[in-house]
Amino acid sequence: MAGLRLEGLRITRAGVPLVALEADIAPGEVLSVMGPSGSGKSTLLSAIMGTLAPSFAMTGRVRLDGCEITRQPPEARRVGILYQEELLFPHLSVGGNLAFGLPRAVRGRSARAARVAAALAEVGLAGFADRDPATLSGGQKARVALMRMLLAEPRALLLDEPFSRLDAGLRVQVREMVFARARARGLPVLLVTHDAADAAAAGGCVVELG
Amino acid sequence: MRPLRGAPLLTLLVLLGPVTAGLVGTLAPALGVFPALGGTRPSLAPMTALAAWPGLPGAVMLSVGVGLAATAISLVIVVLFVAGWQGTRAMAGLEQALAPLLSVPHAAAAFGLAFLIAPSGWIARALSPWATGWERPPDLLIVQDPLGLAMVAGLVVKEVPFLLLMTLAALPQVRPAQRMGVARALGYGPVTGWLKAVFPCVYAQIRLPVYAVLAYSMSVVDVAIILGPGTPPPLSVQVVRWMADPDLTLRFQAAAGAVLQLALVIGALGLWRLGEVVLGRLGRVWAEAGARRQGDGVLRLAGLGLAMLATGAVIAGLAGLGLWSVAGLWPFPEAWPEAISARSWLRHGPGLLAPGLETLWIAGAATALALALVLACLEAEHRFGLVPGARSLWLLYLPLLVPQVAFLPGLQAFALMAGVDMGRGAVILGHLVFVLPYVFLSLAAPWRAWDARHASVAAALGAGPGRVFRQVRLPMLLAPVLSAAAVGFAVSVGQYLPTLLIGGGRVQTLTTEAVALAAGGDRRAIAVTALAQTLVGMAGFALALAAPRILWANRRGLRAG
Repeated sequence: MAGLRLEGLRITRAGVPLVALEADIAPGEVLSVMGPSGSGKSTLLSAIMGTLAPSFAMTGRVRLDGCEITRQPPEARRVGILYQEELLFPHLSVGGNLAFGLPRAVRGRSARAARVAAALAEVGLAGFADRDPATLSGGQKARVALMRMLLAEPRALLLDEPFSRLDAGLRVQVREMVFARARARGLPVLLVTHDAADAAAAGGCVVELG
Repeated sequence: MRPLRGAPLLTLLVLLGPVTAGLVGTLAPALGVFPALGGTRPSLAPMTALAAWPGLPGAVMLSVGVGLAATAISLVIVVLFVAGWQGTRAMAGLEQALAPLLSVPHAAAAFGLAFLIAPSGWIARALSPWATGWERPPDLLIVQDPLGLAMVAGLVVKEVPFLLLMTLAALPQVRPAQRMGVARALGYGPVTGWLKAVFPCVYAQIRLPVYAVLAYSMSVVDVAIILGPGTPPPLSVQVVRWMADPDLTLRFQAAAGAVLQLALVIGALGLWRLGEVVLGRLGRVWAEAGARRQGDGVLRLAGLGLAMLATGAVIAGLAGLGLWSVAGLWPFPEAWPEAISARSWLRHGPGLLAPGLETLWIAGAATALALALVLACLEAEHRFGLVPGARSLWLLYLPLLVPQVAFLPGLQAFALMAGVDMGRGAVILGHLVFVLPYVFLSLAAPWRAWDARHASVAAALGAGPGRVFRQVRLPMLLAPVLSAAAVGFAVSVGQYLPTLLIGGGRVQTLTTEAVALAAGGDRRAIAVTALAQTLVGMAGFALALAAPRILWANRRGLRAG
């Protein structure tokens, strides 16, 4: 029962069907959802996260590791997401961004700082904790965004075209890093993209929308 | 979650409750009903008494004439300037000066203008005696002229920055660069093209602010006391005089005058609307006739010249106030005082401490309340996916469209009937009615423009809505929140009538002190008081600009905006 399951998920707006999807993503696996813009890819991710705008209606269920999370508020679902932009919080330092994601259960200032430092070191950014996120390069920002999300200990990961803004060389590198870490942590991953290369690199099933 | 859902309703109540109650409280005495003063049965006596006042026709003409003229002139200046200079460096320069200009209280700007244009003012001094031959101030009625021209000028110099700000805020939504690209490619001159292709859509967006300017200009009291004629004064000033009369039976007449003022504003708004329709039709004919250039060069220069004149008048007026406040002996026709001294500040400054603190306290409390309500409304909108309709914008503008003089006397009447002592608390709530719309209008656009995916990311990281608000959204939007607070603060500092009428004359702020000095003509006292009032208003803006820069000094991502 582990993994992310979408059971008869149907999203409509003003009665007009937008997305319908049935899926079962095992831990460590990637499901790629492809489709042109406007096909409801981002809406699908919002539904799984629980941030669907009230103008949409949703039926069906979302199950994570066997528990239904459809009625839970977004912050309780433990579903991580990476967007096309890194969306680092501009008012916090790099370390502050990571600490924002770190669970409250990690107590004590020094223990939290140590976890943040270790996470930065893991992606080759040791010593970056006090930096202003606006001064980082694109690749560095992508790594910080990934580690911020992973520190929150999600049980599934959603990717909303997270590689499409990076240039070709960096793109392969960041893509490898994200997939490798998701696999290592046994996270079911749902990737939406309009780029066949991303889907191919993910190596899992591909669903076409729209 | 629950209390937040009620925020829009509470805000509406705070805004419209006093307006509605005040209108009822004004209407009843106007129809003879005011039990506390012996009026128990409806009668037309207050209306007949008002009609019998010999000054009525003149007061009505002034009110309507000044209001329409000030609004039309301000709008023309703003439109010509934006049409000719959109996207240029001149525009960017003026945009920089907008915030401080807006924070100058109406009363201080009016005093500054009076010090410039009076027969013994700076302009006459600069030209005397070499050009005019005047050795003594000429016996001319320039300030407080019977036609209200000085008052129109005083209103124009303050309404031009306001309408300019509103126009610049509305402009991006109609994508002026693309429209102008098309118009210019079709061979249209910059001004003609802008008027034909951009203006109609911009006007639709700034219609409510224009209406607010019209309603304000028709019924303003402090500017009228300083720059307007005295016998007869504009109707609103006469209403306030009757309200202040020890003979309480004049309250009936005052209420009747207030109701007439409301009717005049409604009538003038109707007339303006009619003018919009007619001009809209004519404009369409003009646009379709295909003329490419119609005096573009001249109009462009006129727009720049008039906008500079309007803003320059405020700045020069403030400089004049500054000079008078430190002037020793300054005989006519010298352009500069013979000596500079701190005597006026030392003499009048200590007396301003108490009203200054009162001003800070009232403005601070009204701004804090307004900010709390506005943030709660915007957050409720975000969390519950509420979509505010066009009607909610009208409701927000309602306190700015109903003349102050029409509903504030009613609030006072209620207090008198209930025997409640209206002190500082009531004045704060009174200010809130006018502060809140401005805070909302300033904050709504940047708040709504925030990328809500930041909230999604924070939620995915385990942060609940409260934490997202406190730790992500509020810090990221600190700069716009503080500038909205500064706008609200300046609005409160400048309020005259709510302080006077709700406070029953017992709550003294820098503004009521300054306006009270108008009749006396002690220039040094006026200069010190009006400058103190201006400085308090500007201090808010200075703080709002400085705080984010200091707090986010090491955060480049927050400095771009």
